[in-house]
Amino acid sequence: MPLIELRGICTRFGAQIIHRDIDFSVDSGQILALVGGSGSGKTTLLREILGLLRPSAGSVHLFGVDLTDPDSKLQRAARRRLGMLFQQGALYSALPVFDNIALPLRELRCLDEDWIRRLVHLKLDMVELGPRHGSLMPAELSGGMVKRVALARALALEPELLLLDEPTAGLDPNRSKRFVDLIATLQQALGLTVLMVTHDRETLASLATHIAVLADQRLVACGPKAEVMQSAHPFAQEFFAGERQKLL
Amino acid sequence: MNDAPRLRLEAGRVILSGRWTLAAMLPELAALRQQLAWAGTAAKEWDLSRLERLDSAAAVLLWRAWQNAWPATLDISPVHRQVLARVADLPPTLPAIAPPPFNLVEALGQRVLRFFDHALGMLMLFGQMLLDLGYLARHPRELPLRELSANIYKAGAQALMVTALVGFLVGVTLSYLSALQLRSLGADVFIVNILGISIIRELGPVLVAVLVAGRSGSAMTAQIGVMRVTEEIDALAVMGVSRGQRVVLPKIVGLILAMPLIVLWTSAVALLGGMLAAMLQLDLSLHYFIENLPRTVPLANLYIGLGKGLVFGFVIALVACHFGLRVKPDTESLSTNTTRAVVTAITAVIMVDALFAIFTRNIGVPTL
Repeated sequence: MPLIELRGICTRFGAQIIHRDIDFSVDSGQILALVGGSGSGKTTLLREILGLLRPSAGSVHLFGVDLTDPDSKLQRAARRRLGMLFQQGALYSALPVFDNIALPLRELRCLDEDWIRRLVHLKLDMVELGPRHGSLMPAELSGGMVKRVALARALALEPELLLLDEPTAGLDPNRSKRFVDLIATLQQALGLTVLMVTHDRETLASLATHIAVLADQRLVACGPKAEVMQSAHPFAQEFFAGERQKLL
Repeated sequence: MNDAPRLRLEAGRVILSGRWTLAAMLPELAALRQQLAWAGTAAKEWDLSRLERLDSAAAVLLWRAWQNAWPATLDISPVHRQVLARVADLPPTLPAIAPPPFNLVEALGQRVLRFFDHALGMLMLFGQMLLDLGYLARHPRELPLRELSANIYKAGAQALMVTALVGFLVGVTLSYLSALQLRSLGADVFIVNILGISIIRELGPVLVAVLVAGRSGSAMTAQIGVMRVTEEIDALAVMGVSRGQRVVLPKIVGLILAMPLIVLWTSAVALLGGMLAAMLQLDLSLHYFIENLPRTVPLANLYIGLGKGLVFGFVIALVACHFGLRVKPDTESLSTNTTRAVVTAITAVIMVDALFAIFTRNIGVPTL
């Protein structure tokens, strides 16, 4: 069973059409990169997968649960199985780093404080931050640290599926590479399935196993990396030009 | 589901099977913890080779069941051993983030210091405003007229409906209650004096000040605060635009100009409400009321009322801008400062009103 399954997704904002009849799915163990030009509706599609936005037509299934299912318990259970890294981090600005990561754990309301404390420090350790960073406020963090704390928070509930929105946007090439390496390591260690929205070719090169290309309101190519690279669509041609030699 | 986390004891060996993940453990967490705690003390041999998954939440749980040490014999796949090793590598005593202990003297001292800090901040803001005004007087072409008119419209024109409604209702209430008392004394005609003096001199300005502090003061603090959070204030500074001249000054001057006008309007509507109530309750004709108003209420009261409006407007805008600029880039600070701005503005207005009452006690009071 695919973890994410989209069927016939259409999205309209007023008269503007964003997506036309998009079908795609993410299987367990894949690292799928969703690429496309600015304004091609990548983040919109991601928000539809998260259930933050309802498509104008079509269905979204997350872990086999229809997101329009009225059973809120079922939906919550499905959402707990995924972690989301927002582009700007979306850390709770009023809470220190420790509480930011502890919040989803505390929300379960059945873990004791010692357990939570160990888990939070474990997550901090995973993203290469130390216990002393726990008391910092989000406003005191650098851009790279915000991303790492946000990743730690996304991993707090031990998700099977990790969604990343522009994971490397706003990081310098060095940091960006280290962050990508970190995600790759964690993906292997935790056996995660990853869906990421990106237009950073470096990230694609080192991380993705599968690529989906969004252009002209449609999914013009979707499949294993090598296959998509050979796609005939002009956008894909242009996007992967030059990178092709390096990657293959 | 057959891959649920399971634990069983066979000949002194604890055998774990299924998916030991947070999500899978949650439905039967209490039972699992109990079993683990019991197994942790009873058995020394652990067989984890049949685990399908082990995540760090489960690893922490196991590690605690083992009382923070590896069991004597452990059968486990290398991948899962790694997960456990991460937990084992955690320092045994993790620093808990405790809030600093509460100290009464220290808290009190900090409050006093904070009060002086705010007072100084407002004084500096006021000083900066005077400097800006001086600069603009010499360079009239740079007057922020557009911002000024926008602020007068937002804080003034758009507040007219709500202040009119509240003013009207207060006028009716006051008139109605006074009429009941006055009638029992046979002093019906004094309703004009009571309503005239109280509304024009006191109620009108204070009522408007409270409404405007809640409505426009909070909006100003929130606006400047969000501009701080999103670094817009810094962006202005970088473009060489003075935040004092473009953000603070138009708000303060705008409210200073708008408040007397709102006070005039609200007092008028409140008097209208009072007049209508008096007409219905005491059969006092509108004509009589209007005829007698100027005779019983000296003109000085109107000036005091308008002067109060002007000063209140200044106080509200100054307080609002001050707290807005104090917002730190987080949501909690935004809400705290907005609350503080409204509470401080209303308190300050009432304190200033008391000063007005003392210093104008001999002015405009009719002598019989």
